[in-house]
Amino acid sequence: MRHVILRWPRNVAVLACVLAITATQALAADEPVIRITAKKFEYSLRTLTVKKGVPVVLEVTALDRVHGFNLPDFGVRTDVVPGRVTRIRFTPDKTGKFVYFCDVFCGDGHEEMSGALTVKD
Amino acid sequence: MDNKIDRRQFLKLTGLGGVVFASGLSGWANAAKKSAQDEFYFVQLSDTHWGFNGPKVNPDAANTLKKAVAAVNALEQAPDFVVFTGDLTHTTDDPKLRRARMAEFRDIVSALKIKEVRFMPGEHDAALDHGEAYQEFFGKLNYTFDHKGVHFIVLDNVSDPGASLGEAQLAWLKQDLKQMRRDAPIVVLTHRPLFDLYPQWDWATRDGAAAIALLMPYKNVTVFYGHIHQEHHHQTGHIAHHAAQSLIFPLPMAGSVPKRAPVPWNPDQPYKGIGFRSVEADVKRVDYKIAELPVPKG
Repeated sequence: MRHVILRWPRNVAVLACVLAITATQALAADEPVIRITAKKFEYSLRTLTVKKGVPVVLEVTALDRVHGFNLPDFGVRTDVVPGRVTRIRFTPDKTGKFVYFCDVFCGDGHEEMSGALTVKD
Repeated sequence: MDNKIDRRQFLKLTGLGGVVFASGLSGWANAAKKSAQDEFYFVQLSDTHWGFNGPKVNPDAANTLKKAVAAVNALEQAPDFVVFTGDLTHTTDDPKLRRARMAEFRDIVSALKIKEVRFMPGEHDAALDHGEAYQEFFGKLNYTFDHKGVHFIVLDNVSDPGASLGEAQLAWLKQDLKQMRRDAPIVVLTHRPLFDLYPQWDWATRDGAAAIALLMPYKNVTVFYGHIHQEHHHQTGHIAHHAAQSLIFPLPMAGSVPKRAPVPWNPDQPYKGIGFRSVEADVKRVDYKIAELPVPKG
């Protein structure tokens, strides 16, 4: 199981609200990105660790068919489409362990397609 | 047919026992004499997942549905009708196998003595092909019917793989409700919860709040659904929502464990958490008496 801990530049502004964006919006030059691929019935990253109050950018794409990426505790969800990178930006505003999962039914094993985001102080 | 039922006698005669849950605007008036036109009962079966194979959670999967059908047939008083609230079959990527499972399911439930049987899809039946195979076997994905003064609305929140009702269906619902009196007894049958029961486990309908908003002006609305494989009762304002047990395996309570995974079969308590329910409607009182009934172990 792969596990990623992000280190962020200190001058990144803290956003008060959660924001999800699409690939049409540009990244800041030094903005770190977590890249995740989705395929039946798993994400390439099953655990993520980020810091509270620090913006997170996820780039998600699908390898086989349409999936979903839903992180309900932060109001983040998007369809994940093959051949298209979907960019999600949000700022975790609470610590803890939170589930993300596919919410586009994709077959026998769909219910297993999930991961855990840990937000630390 | 005289549909009057003495609940205690009913449970005694069936030999099933069970948990009784009262729902509605008034209490249970067991001793009241009522017209057969004012009351009836139906049976809700849910999440049968025909085709599922997982000996650790149900080593008797090949027989569970058949036992449930036999249990319904053994009820002392025949229900007015039977409803299956989705996930009739377990999903498969193979369209041929999907249809084979649906055909087998249909054959098994054709043994029900009561011939008025209402179906609706779950995501396992309909999400991978937008309900194409389901409609070949079981008809429309959403529809209405009326029974003894109660208006039943079947909503499809599964044939969209993203678990939305969709704008077209919401418009259809709005149009259907327009004809109803504000105090009309309305029962909604659907698969997934219309409210956000536990979005972390995908126990929700993406635009379910829009359906609830349309239903909210109506005083007497009750929702029966499945999907979560356990009995659950919830109120959104005056609207009661009742989830049914599964007929294949139970799932844990929302958020009680880190992952939403089937509860393993307990050989010491086979069929624990697996069952079906009867719903006794008192139309005048707009009262629904629910009895949770187990599947016989033998």
